[in-house]
Amino acid sequence: MTVSILHRVTGSGMATVGTLLLVWWLAAIAGGPQSYAVFHMVFAEFGKGALGYIFGVGLTLSFFQHMASGIRHFILDTGAGYELNSAKRAAMATFVFSVLATIAFWAFLLGAK
Amino acid sequence: MRGGTELGRVRGLGSAKAGAHHWLTHRITAASNLFLMLWFVIVIARLPAYDYGTVRPWLASAWVAVPMILLIVSVFWHFRLGLQVVIEDYVHAETRVALMFLLNFFVVATSAIAIFSILKVAFTAAAGVPA
Repeated sequence: MTVSILHRVTGSGMATVGTLLLVWWLAAIAGGPQSYAVFHMVFAEFGKGALGYIFGVGLTLSFFQHMASGIRHFILDTGAGYELNSAKRAAMATFVFSVLATIAFWAFLLGAK
Repeated sequence: MRGGTELGRVRGLGSAKAGAHHWLTHRITAASNLFLMLWFVIVIARLPAYDYGTVRPWLASAWVAVPMILLIVSVFWHFRLGLQVVIEDYVHAETRVALMFLLNFFVVATSAIAIFSILKVAFTAAAGVPA
């Protein structure tokens, strides 16, 4: 139940907020150094990059959660995994995966730079 | 309006014939998204920096520009189908029609800007235009 709702919330969030940020980023690169400077200022410089971290962590956590529950959907589509215990375990696994993957992504990103 | 049960009124009219295609396309794009988005997350994490001088030549490479265009098509098509389901489940009557119009305009406009931007970066880099 919770995973199903989260699938819709994360999907809708990425489809709106994520789309606008991705398109802004691509258009800023195409627009040249000055337009990219505006994007860079908003997400990497303003408040020491606070907006970049808020949207970045939000979108990566949303992505990994949506990906995990999406893979769970694929399994459920085959007609498997509807028993209460295995359904509950798989639902928990999506949370564990999304949190760990988000931590790993940001640890790599910040550690490597 | 003729009487009878709801089932009786719709029997024989057939379905809109688009439901299975929507469902299947949603799954196919989910599978391609899985590969394209994992690629995207990995290459973004591996970029040495995120300044203009790094990002522009990176995006101009065919090895990045082509998967990026594929990603835009696959991901945007997928969210177009997904948001339709959300709208159909929670919004009704005229508002639903208005939101579906809005969704279609949104996905077409954003994907056009995204693909144009990628192509512009890729093609102007090849022509030797200063980045």
